[in-house]
Amino acid sequence: MGMPRLLDQLAIVLGRAPEKRAPSPEAAAMHAAKRGKGMKKHELQAEIDEAAANHTWRNRRWAALIGINLLFTLSYWVDIQILEGSLTASRLLGFHLADVYSSFLVMLAQRHVAVNLVIGAVTVTLVWAFVGGRSFCAWVCPYHLVAEWAEMLHLALAKRGWVRDHPLHRGVRVAFWIGFAALALLTGHTLFLALNPIGVLSRAVVYGASLALLWVALLLAFEVVYARRAWCRYVCPIGLTYGVLGAKAPIRVTYDLESCAHEGECRKVCEVPHVLDLTIKGRAEETKLDVGPDCTRCGLCVDVCPTGALRYELKGVKRLL
Amino acid sequence: MSDAQQPEPEAPAAEPAKRTRPTRPRLSRQQEQRRTILRGALAAAVLFALQPLAAIPIVRRLRDRLRPPGALDEERFLAACIKCGQCVQVCPVQAIVLADADEGLGVGVPYVDARSQACDFSCDALSCILACPTGALSHELKMKEEVRMGVARLARPEACLARRGEPLRGTARGPDFPGLLRYEDVDRWTPMPVATHGYDRAVCDLCVLECPIGESALRLVPLPPEDGGAPGLFTPEVHRGCTGCGVCQMICPAEPAAIVVDARAVFAGGRHRKHRGGRGERGEHGEESS
Repeated sequence: MGMPRLLDQLAIVLGRAPEKRAPSPEAAAMHAAKRGKGMKKHELQAEIDEAAANHTWRNRRWAALIGINLLFTLSYWVDIQILEGSLTASRLLGFHLADVYSSFLVMLAQRHVAVNLVIGAVTVTLVWAFVGGRSFCAWVCPYHLVAEWAEMLHLALAKRGWVRDHPLHRGVRVAFWIGFAALALLTGHTLFLALNPIGVLSRAVVYGASLALLWVALLLAFEVVYARRAWCRYVCPIGLTYGVLGAKAPIRVTYDLESCAHEGECRKVCEVPHVLDLTIKGRAEETKLDVGPDCTRCGLCVDVCPTGALRYELKGVKRLL
Repeated sequence: MSDAQQPEPEAPAAEPAKRTRPTRPRLSRQQEQRRTILRGALAAAVLFALQPLAAIPIVRRLRDRLRPPGALDEERFLAACIKCGQCVQVCPVQAIVLADADEGLGVGVPYVDARSQACDFSCDALSCILACPTGALSHELKMKEEVRMGVARLARPEACLARRGEPLRGTARGPDFPGLLRYEDVDRWTPMPVATHGYDRAVCDLCVLECPIGESALRLVPLPPEDGGAPGLFTPEVHRGCTGCGVCQMICPAEPAAIVVDARAVFAGGRHRKHRGGRGERGEHGEESS
C-alpha cells in the first residue's frame, strides 16, 4: 500500500491501463485456494438477480443529488438563501464555495488571483479530500444524473444491437484538462465554462431553461449512440481534478478478495470500470483493497455485487473503535 | 485497452447468436487501442475547434450588452466571470439576467436589458458587486455614483414627448409592463411595478424625474433655438454623472424608447464616444474622458 501504490493509482487516473501485478503472499495463497472452488456463474444466478434488483445506494444517491440541486433552486425562488449561486461558484450560508477547476480557469484567463475564489476552492478541496473527490460526480453533479439515464438508454439499445460503445483512450481527459487551461491562459476566454454541461444544467435548474440545454442534449445523444458516458469518462476536467484531489479520501469503496465471486457484474455497471479491474480473477494484489481514486462512490457496484465483496468504508473508523 | 468492456473471463463460452448480424472484422488489441487514441484525438480536435466558433459573437460584437454595475472592461469581464449567477440572485428588481448559448463564449454571463428592467440602485449597496466571487464586478466601487455602465443618449429626439411639449398622464409603459422601480416617496424599501404608478406631468419629464442619480446625470432644459426650441419645449440633457443604469430607457413612454443607454460608452461632453473595452487595466472603469 503506501506511496508507490498511490502513484500507480494516480497514473491510472491519468489514463494508464491497469496492469497485472505480482500479488502479496496472502493474496497469492487466496487466489490459489479459490482456484477451481469458486461458484460458476449460473450457480450464482439467484444472488445476481436479487442484487440486480437492489437499488438501495442508487436511490439514496439520487435523492441526495436532487436534494442538493433543489437547494440551489429553492434558495433563489423561495428565497431560503441557504445555497446561493450555482455549481461553478456559490455561497453556503454566506461562506464561499467554488469549483476548483473553474476557479483555476477564471484566474488563468484574467491572470489575476481572486481571493474569494481561492477561499471557495480551498473549502471545496477540503470537503472532497475527505468525502472522496469524485463523490462530487455521483452525488452532486446534475449532468451525472441525466448521463445515467442516457446510459440506461444506451445499454437498452446496445442489448438489441442497435448501438455499440466506441471507447476513447482515457488519457484524452488529461489533454482536455491541459488544453482548456492553455486556451484560458492564451485567449483570455474560458471555453470550458461555455461548454461545461454541469454549469449549463446547474444554471438551468436555478435560473430556468435556456438554449444552452440543446448542447447538453447533443452530448447526451452522442453518449447514447456512440460512446457510453463519454463526457464523464473522457472529457470532464472537473471530475479529473476532484479525482486527484481526493485520491487519499477516507470514504471509499473497498474490495474483499475472499468473498468475491469474480463474476464481473460490478464492471458492467461501473462508470469507470478500470477501477474495478482488481475484481478480475487473479488480479487483486492484496486480500483487501481500496477501489482507485477515479471511483465516484456511486455505489452501483455495491448494490449489484451478489456476494457483498464491495462495500462502502470510512477509513480509520475501525482503528478508532 | 483493458478499461473497455473486456469479455468476461468466466463467462459461459459464446452465447448462441440470437440473430445473425453482419459481423465486424475482429480487431487485434493493438488495433483497438489505436482506435481509442484516434477517437480521443478527434474528440479533442472537435471540442477545441469550438473556441473560434464560440468566439464569433464576441469578436464581431453581435450584441452590445449593458453589463451590471462595476463590470470590468468587456474582455476582462468575460475572462473573469465564472457564470455562477450570484449577482442575479441578489438584485432586488431582477435587472440582471444571464446570456444564452447564442452569445457563444458569453453564455451564462450577466447583463442588464434596461428597456425591460433597468438597474435602479434600489439595493443602495451595489449588492451584485458584493455578491460577485471573482471580482468580474469590481469590488473597488463603493457608491452608485461611481458606477459607469454606459452613458444615456437621446437616440430618437423626434419621439421625445418633452421636445414636443406633450404631457404624460397615466402609466409610463402601460398596464402590462412588468418592470419594477423604487418610488422612494411611496415606499423607501420595496420596488413597485411601474404599471401601478400613475403620473400626471404637464410636460413629460419621466426620465429626469426617475433618474436615480439626479441632476448631475440628467436634466430637463429648454430646447435650444437651433433645435427648433420654443417656449414650452424641453429636452433631456445628459451630464457627466450619468451611470448608464438605464432607468431613463426603461421609463421612457415613447415606443421604442427615445432615450437609450449606450453600453460601455464614456461621457465626453455633449457627444460621448463609444468605448469598447479592449484588454485594459483593472479598475479603469469609472474613469471619464473629457
